[in-house]
Amino acid sequence: MADTQLTKKDFASDAEVKWCPGCGDFAIMNAVRSGMVAAGKPRDEVAIVSGIGCSSRFPYYMETYGFHTIHGRAAAVASGVKVANPKLDVWVISGDGDSTAIGGNHFIHAIRRNINLNYVMINNKIYGLTKGQYSPTSEMGQYSKTSPYGVIDYPMAPLSVAMGVGATFIARGLDSIMKLSTEICERGAKHHGFSMMEIYANCVIYNDGAHKALSSKEEGPNNRIIVRHGEKMIFGTEDQLCLVQDGFGIKKANVADVAEGDILVHDEKNAEMATVLAAMRPDADLPLALGILYADDSKKTYDDMVYEQIDSVKAKRGRTMDQLLQEGHTWTV
Amino acid sequence: MAENAKLTKSEQIVVKFAGDSGDGMQLIGNQLTALAALDGNDVNSLPDYPSEIRAPSGTIAGVSGFQMCLGDHKIYTAGDHPDVLVAFNPAAVKHSSKDVKPGGMIITNADAFTEKALEKVGYEGNPLEDGTLKGYDVKAIPMFTLVREALADMDMPNAAKDRCKNFFTMGVLCWLFNKEQQLVLDFIDEKFGEKAKKPLPQVAEANTRAFKAGLNYGETTIMFQERYDLGAAQIEKGLYRNITGNDASALAIAAAGHKSGLQPFIGSYPITPATDLLHYASEFKDLGLVTMQMEDEIAGICTAVGAACAGNLAFTTTSGPGLALKTEAAGMALILEVPLVIVNVQRGGPCTGLPTKTEQSDLLQAMFGRNGDSYMPIIAALSPADCFDATYQGAKIALKYRTPVIVLTDGYIGQGSCPWKVPTMDELEDLTPYVNFWKPEDHPGETYQPYKRDPETLARDWAVPGTKGVQHRIGTLEKDALTGAVSHDPMNHQIMTETRKAKVDNLAAVLPEAEINGKDSGKVLVISWGGTFGAVKGAVDRLIEDGKSVSGVNLRWVWPFPPNLGDIISRFDKILVPELNMGQLSLLLRAKCLVDVQSLSKVQGDPFREYEVIDKVNEMLGE
Repeated sequence: MADTQLTKKDFASDAEVKWCPGCGDFAIMNAVRSGMVAAGKPRDEVAIVSGIGCSSRFPYYMETYGFHTIHGRAAAVASGVKVANPKLDVWVISGDGDSTAIGGNHFIHAIRRNINLNYVMINNKIYGLTKGQYSPTSEMGQYSKTSPYGVIDYPMAPLSVAMGVGATFIARGLDSIMKLSTEICERGAKHHGFSMMEIYANCVIYNDGAHKALSSKEEGPNNRIIVRHGEKMIFGTEDQLCLVQDGFGIKKANVADVAEGDILVHDEKNAEMATVLAAMRPDADLPLALGILYADDSKKTYDDMVYEQIDSVKAKRGRTMDQLLQEGHTWTV
Repeated sequence: MAENAKLTKSEQIVVKFAGDSGDGMQLIGNQLTALAALDGNDVNSLPDYPSEIRAPSGTIAGVSGFQMCLGDHKIYTAGDHPDVLVAFNPAAVKHSSKDVKPGGMIITNADAFTEKALEKVGYEGNPLEDGTLKGYDVKAIPMFTLVREALADMDMPNAAKDRCKNFFTMGVLCWLFNKEQQLVLDFIDEKFGEKAKKPLPQVAEANTRAFKAGLNYGETTIMFQERYDLGAAQIEKGLYRNITGNDASALAIAAAGHKSGLQPFIGSYPITPATDLLHYASEFKDLGLVTMQMEDEIAGICTAVGAACAGNLAFTTTSGPGLALKTEAAGMALILEVPLVIVNVQRGGPCTGLPTKTEQSDLLQAMFGRNGDSYMPIIAALSPADCFDATYQGAKIALKYRTPVIVLTDGYIGQGSCPWKVPTMDELEDLTPYVNFWKPEDHPGETYQPYKRDPETLARDWAVPGTKGVQHRIGTLEKDALTGAVSHDPMNHQIMTETRKAKVDNLAAVLPEAEINGKDSGKVLVISWGGTFGAVKGAVDRLIEDGKSVSGVNLRWVWPFPPNLGDIISRFDKILVPELNMGQLSLLLRAKCLVDVQSLSKVQGDPFREYEVIDKVNEMLGE
């Protein structure tokens, strides 16, 4: 089969998918398959690495090479896979607990190194596989089995963390907006560098409705903004709202109340803008930013630099193994 | 002129250097090691330094040491009690003089014995004058004075001149041990002269002069009545270099990569005393060795597992606390059944313990430090030079059996050095037969099954990403014994658990049989493993010379045991296992061989001395 003829269906394995009916992961899997089609690699040059969690069963459902590893460490394992064989298209599928709690260290350092991985973090703001405990992205006050009186940890904003360690691509999607998730996965797949894709998903069993304020027909559009490079930041059920600069920050305004030229235009290459967008939250009277917030592939990837360095040292030193073994003070008996 | 200083033939000399850490003790020790080795002696050395980078100068806590044994025969340890102690300050004298052989020589820098320095270490008087060192042959040399004199016309600060005392000392020792001075002059030239990476002509000149001043001092003063002359050791012919265990392991990693045709890969994190391995290996970029210094120990092993999954020859390097952190990921390599070599340079534990001191207390961690039934082969290096072979063998078995292998070395052999017969790449075993990736073109008409096994080794069929048409999924959940699909079937788990264990057990059948040093049967058998090999070998040799009914056996693979071990054990009345732990191998031997092993434990951050083993054996013999 020629690479170009692959479709999403070709990336589906014959394993039975065992997520709960209605789980947000189904839609995300669909989007990831689109991303793989877009990347244009044959299936045997694609590897998916996952950690532990509901989302981490993902590799079993994909007709590619797959490695279901251990809790929190997928980013580190995937870094090894990619550096060992940079020709592979390597994806990491992780969840909010896997990425930001137990695996927080690997998550930030993989981003910092700008290893050319496609990293999908499915954020349902709960531990599902262990049946309902709060995670580092759970909201203050959220009830769960380990927070029967409400969460008193402040939540983490994974995309803000990503920008803080020099991310080159950050995007945020929502399971219910399929088209956007697909667009994110396709762009992320093509990005040369670490593609950080956070996709909000609904856990129907343990955190149902966690993203309702974003996804509902009535209120959702007023609480979220889908940003697109070069387009004005306008949102709302009737496109009545917009974002404008406010001193050092950003604020929500009615389109009718501002001059057209004051409405901010999204620039996906602007790191400062991305940093502000990543941190916006509805409870601070700003819409949650969705879409590709930042994409800049001018930075070299770690995996490229590993081999550039090897080549340059080879050119400079170029020892043979025997020369290496025999270096230093030697003598003959 | 001390022309009549007697030249005495010696079989072996034990020398110890002691001074402030940061004062170049390891450097001068390594120089004398190289000098002796170049002169044909066999040498074994043991560095000993505090965990602080620059502990307060002049204090006991800040003393750094380097002990070595030079001989005209095969030398297995850095020696018991020094014949010659070179102690550069009062702290070093206080720290190390008690170890010196009665009547042994103590060379020291008289200029360092200031009132303040003496006070710092609690000497009330000057030990050079008040009889504290009675019974030793003390050579108090005013090193600073002599070096400054020798360098009088050089435009350098006194502090820089004083640093040349090490080469002055080398001059004295070169004379004392009747060594070829040109070797040291060449060394100075290589290190600081025009050919050096960073030429420092003034330093080269100053050190050359200081060295010559030291030589002349030995020759012209009447301080030394005796010189030592060691003959060349009868060692196997070939090209040699002096090497530390950590450097030898690093070389083996690169070599195994080349001989397997796979890209060698190290995922690691710095930890004492394993860090030198990573330092040296990081220089091998021109040989295609990929090193990733990760954010932590767990990431170190996880990237290595990832690299193994992608078909590299993967290694991770660490020490005790790091091995503890790698636990779960080691189990991952085991259940995925991918080759991985974990080099663990043991140090004093538990927890942070004694980072710079040696111990063998990770054996049970290596055996059992994972959840579930998770056996993996364990090989132990027995000397610095042997770290090369142990690491290379570890890689071979990892590839052949598709299993993680633990290579145990320790601070003593990892940082100690000895001459190493340099192999040529042609001489090393070809590892390509053990790679045999599964490719569809080699198996026409067959469907790839990731957990189908070689009936003999039980190694699974291994296809790596990028192989056309055989994309598949594997993971850390229990897998079907053939397809690798997730399986919670109880009988399947029984089969898989038994198979993983059998894979390691079966290895015993193909391992080399344990060799006995001495007679096949007798009163006492002393079993060594890893770093205890040297002291046990030396002790058993001496006991046999004395006509005692004692034999020795060394365990190269600590797990599984060699197939003939039980048989050997059954032919001796008593079994002794000296270990730098509280009896970990003894526990395994008792469990596996049902034998009442006597354990000789030592956990003082210091390797065994031969006499400690000899004393224990004599006690067991009732003598």
